[in-house]
Amino acid sequence: MRTGRKLTALAAVGLLAMAGCGDGGADAGGSGPGGMKPPAVDKLASLGTGEGQVNIVAWAGYVEDGSNDPKVDWVTDFEKQTGCQVNVKLAGTSDEMVTLMKTGEYDVVSASGDASLRLIYGGDVAPVNTDLISNYKDVFDGLKLKQWNSVDGVAYGIPHGRGANLLMYRTDVVKPAPTSWGAVFDPNSPYKGKITAYDSPIYIADAALYLMKTQPDLGIKNPYALDDKQFNAAVDLLKKQNDLIGEYWSDYTKEVQAFKAGNSVLGTTWQVIANLATADKAPVDAILPEEGATGWSDTWMISAKSKHPNCAYRWMDHIISPKANAAVAEWFGEAPSNKLACAETADKNHCKTYHADDEAYFEKVWYWNTPVQQCLDGRTDVKCKDYAAWTQAWTTIKG
Amino acid sequence: MTSTLQRSAGGASAVRGPVRRLSAWLHRHAGVRLAALLTAPLLWLVVAYLGSLAVLLVSALWTVNGFTGAVVHQPTLDNFRTILSDEVYRAVTLRSVGVAAAVTAIDALIALPMAFYMAKVARPRYRRWLVVAILTPLWASYLVKAYAWRVLLANGGPVDWLLGGPGNGPGYGLTATVLVLAYLWLPYMILPIYAGLERLPDSLLEASGDLGARAGRTLRAVVLPVIVPSVIAGSIFTFSLSLGDYITVQIVGGKTQLIGNLVYANIGAANNLPFAAALATIPVLIMVIYLVAVRRSGALEEL
Repeated sequence: MRTGRKLTALAAVGLLAMAGCGDGGADAGGSGPGGMKPPAVDKLASLGTGEGQVNIVAWAGYVEDGSNDPKVDWVTDFEKQTGCQVNVKLAGTSDEMVTLMKTGEYDVVSASGDASLRLIYGGDVAPVNTDLISNYKDVFDGLKLKQWNSVDGVAYGIPHGRGANLLMYRTDVVKPAPTSWGAVFDPNSPYKGKITAYDSPIYIADAALYLMKTQPDLGIKNPYALDDKQFNAAVDLLKKQNDLIGEYWSDYTKEVQAFKAGNSVLGTTWQVIANLATADKAPVDAILPEEGATGWSDTWMISAKSKHPNCAYRWMDHIISPKANAAVAEWFGEAPSNKLACAETADKNHCKTYHADDEAYFEKVWYWNTPVQQCLDGRTDVKCKDYAAWTQAWTTIKG
Repeated sequence: MTSTLQRSAGGASAVRGPVRRLSAWLHRHAGVRLAALLTAPLLWLVVAYLGSLAVLLVSALWTVNGFTGAVVHQPTLDNFRTILSDEVYRAVTLRSVGVAAAVTAIDALIALPMAFYMAKVARPRYRRWLVVAILTPLWASYLVKAYAWRVLLANGGPVDWLLGGPGNGPGYGLTATVLVLAYLWLPYMILPIYAGLERLPDSLLEASGDLGARAGRTLRAVVLPVIVPSVIAGSIFTFSLSLGDYITVQIVGGKTQLIGNLVYANIGAANNLPFAAALATIPVLIMVIYLVAVRRSGALEEL
């Protein structure tokens, strides 16, 4: 009896302490695009005067005020022109971004496709009134009103830029040059122990993409919509790949160093990493394999509880303005979203290198998306594996 | 002038009056005095320390909505069931314990002769400097040291070169993890052993020698029994620090996963705090078992 009461007291203490976190709102289990509508949130009707500041959650390199490199600065001018002081919080993963936005303390976020839908359906972000964003008309059509930044034709964000996860290899070691993702899945690979892969559950999609092309009988239509059988096939492929892996990377400086030293000679990469490694005199090349690739397309979204919506809209307009968009794209190493940005880059070949207007290139790219139970490819007769299952499987794969 | 002085003196005594009375009252009421003294530290202990442990245990019973990431406040044992039923968590736990044990053993083997030299062989005036030398690495950032080891262990790096060419070194992996952790936590093993040896009177060693024991016998029969508690005290540091580490293994561990990585991945990548909390109870449990096991050895008095 007494122990029982103690336990109750203990639980009560815990409940009290946790009451502050997680606003307990979204309680519908297993919701998703197929079944459920996002909570109704009004968009801003008209632009008023700025509130004096704006709080931003962003990927490293998206909000630079010159403190990393005096020449890299697209924040100071914005602050001067609009009077909106920019406060930035960097996030390392999509999941961290979701967590930060749930606090309601931040106004805008640069969400990737594997975060955006969770934010929309969680009611954490508001639809965007694109009429108030003067630069929106110059955004590539291939990026507007897509599955990851809109619901039923309502825009929930402003496209920022995109890139593909590429296959990088050491040109002096890996011969002949690879053309297929098969190179990183080949159990008899001569490069065993020197292959690298991206350290995130979302990498399961890379295996699914490969299976989509090489094992058509599995019937994978979208690497982010995997039923039990397809999912197990992808996980098995990755478990076998684990024997070949030297290390998994998520910190890009680590990958640059590993390729330069030769600890890694073959594996997934981002364009920016390939550029940095080349600048570091490592003999590497990065290609888009014949199967296509996974990638990212980032979106600036505004919080449903934004306390500084006018500054937030001004920021979203500024960050996709040709000059700022070009500067971010060059600094981070991705394709800009604004057509006019291509004329503003310091390296005139930037848009060509990153295939900014090459829709054929990006048609081969499957942008990061959030796997949910309702299959993203439209199937209704099966349940797909959701992101929680992906995460648990990722632990198992790494062993 | 005088009146001002008097007034100020009177003011002071008026202030002192209630303070005096209070202190006299406290003097008579020992219980209240004790309560006033201990409330703040006890609050700290209970709220900040035990409270956070309680929250950890309670939140381990919750789950997370897979899509929106919101915490579902319904107590269930699912997290623990997953940990117990899934092969991978057992493997990772065993690996973590193995790494912690290996690091502890290596540190003990290196620290024993070093501490013995510092405490008994080196001249007294050098001892202080040797202790400083042992402590100096602790001033450098943990991350700097770990990344330095990443460079040392790189393909064709200094370690490879010492062993005769690229690819001859251990590379990144489990071996590298044990090596770097052993390097990082070595001072925490040397210092308690050094302190233990310093308390061992030289006369005991001399007596042993006078009675005809050789160096080996003296070490076995006199030194070791005295410093076993110190070694265990040091092992509590090295073992617990290694058990919780996740940064070194990320930097030099290659694809190795330890418990710390799983906790980190579930917070950082998966946003699954309840499951991370459930995982975090494993090292807590292991350390409790370890501390209970060594309690009788007297090691806890050496800390």
